[in-house]
Amino acid sequence: MNGSLERFQDAFVDALFDAAPDDEQMVRLHDQPGFAVYRNTVFKGCVDALQANFPAVARLVGEPWFRSAAAAYVREHAPADARLVHYGADFPAFLEGFGPARDLPYLAEVARLDALWVQAHTARDDVSIDAAAVAALSAEALGQAILRPHATARWVAFDTMPAFTIWRANREGRDVPGDLVWQGERALLLRAFGEVTWMPLSAAGYAFLDACAEGRPFDAAAACALDAQPDAALGNVVGELLAAGTFSAVETARR
Amino acid sequence: MRRYPNDRLVVYQGGTGMNMEPQPMPLGAGLGLKPAHYDEAQRARMPGLWFEVHPENYMVDGGPRLAWLETIRGHHPISLHGVALSLAAAAPPDEAHLLRLKTLAQRVQPALVSEHLAWSAWRGHYLPDLLPFPRTHEALTRIAANIERTQEVLCRPIAIENPAHYLTIEGHDWSETDFIRELCVRTGCGLLLDVNNVYVSARNVGIDALAYVDAVPADCIMEIHLAGHSLDADASPALVIDSHDTDVDDAVWALYRHVIGRVGPRPTLIERDDNIPAFELLRVERELAQAMLDSATQRDRDANADRNEVDA
Repeated sequence: MNGSLERFQDAFVDALFDAAPDDEQMVRLHDQPGFAVYRNTVFKGCVDALQANFPAVARLVGEPWFRSAAAAYVREHAPADARLVHYGADFPAFLEGFGPARDLPYLAEVARLDALWVQAHTARDDVSIDAAAVAALSAEALGQAILRPHATARWVAFDTMPAFTIWRANREGRDVPGDLVWQGERALLLRAFGEVTWMPLSAAGYAFLDACAEGRPFDAAAACALDAQPDAALGNVVGELLAAGTFSAVETARR
Repeated sequence: MRRYPNDRLVVYQGGTGMNMEPQPMPLGAGLGLKPAHYDEAQRARMPGLWFEVHPENYMVDGGPRLAWLETIRGHHPISLHGVALSLAAAAPPDEAHLLRLKTLAQRVQPALVSEHLAWSAWRGHYLPDLLPFPRTHEALTRIAANIERTQEVLCRPIAIENPAHYLTIEGHDWSETDFIRELCVRTGCGLLLDVNNVYVSARNVGIDALAYVDAVPADCIMEIHLAGHSLDADASPALVIDSHDTDVDDAVWALYRHVIGRVGPRPTLIERDDNIPAFELLRVERELAQAMLDSATQRDRDANADRNEVDA
């Protein structure tokens, strides 16, 4: 009978997600103890994936709280495909609106950093240039050159809260510093030398990276950086970024 | 049966022709590759050793995981054992997923590619389990088409694994062994015989394990899986769970010995996915399988020698 497999699968999925089955065959399956094995495996697989992908969130709130929040997320957002390493793209936004997380306003931002870590971890491999590649250029050539951010580089700004410091402490298995200053932060995550690394960014460094990603030449990017942070020591800012391996190429204007 | 241009099917070739010397077995006993064991896996040098991975875990653009897999591939054959093609869904396999599988296969040149006789994706969602279905004529036609599409994209035959069962489902038109045999005939696919799944299903839904392994098409077995199971005593009646979190059970070893006694040696994998012990302990378990394969190979050789003597 054509269409019966399709109906079976629709009813099975509904029953997995707790809808009371109305089809007689599904009622008889649902009533067998074996049905719970499938439901538990599906939910455990999704929740385990979220716990693996959001370790800083899990450490902050503890495993029971995390798994219960994750199970609520799974009900609303089952994975779209089998690459579970990418599962949870909407988890930060979900946490933002999740009632029980109301007293933890930084939780969604910490989740965003966990998600960026996965992006940096799985992005395509790329090379890094060092400071010598830039130093070799004349001042004029450098001014017109474009620095291309590394394929794994991810940077983010938090306007009002120290989400990076909180994330970092949990990621590194440390306590959040007692002298935590409640102010905005910026951060860079990068997999330039094998493993993902992270560092705080100044306002100038953040603006400089943004401008480079837009394809602006060095002089214009430098102007953006100084605009964002007039007192910045630009040489140090760019030097630190280069040392971290943040750029994959310097493209000079062709004559 | 369909043939594929770059057919890389690596199964045991011995004991089939009267005057043919058995060929050395390229794949003996393998292990599931676990991130915790990457270093030891790369260094391990044992005759017949190979590693199996879930391709979905390596469908990334870059990064350390993929680099590790390529390093290990430099020393050992790799098998890609998929969980997400959802061949038993009433829909064709997801083309984007299939393309990612093909890209990975081109990258690691696997010795074997396998999937499950189950469904795990439906209407745009992935459900991380291997779900059951009634083995109807409709399901057979659909799954055969899905296997053919997969083999067409990958340009090679794949092996299909018999699932572990927890539910008694009504409305089967086919026994599982006949269903599998028919899929092999129609599509040229092979069978990945999971001996632990046969045992688990026998305990949960009352099939006869010995009759099952005797009924599967011997020539189609491209690979065998062995794994540990556990008892869920809370369920009523109690269920045996294909948990992959403990050593292979003695009853499963006995069933395995029976299978290779009947069909001869085949590439055999020890699966372990939870409660993962030291590599050394898995190595010891693997050696048990390898020793059984070696003695089955020797039996085949002796039988061949006897036949040659009679011929002469």
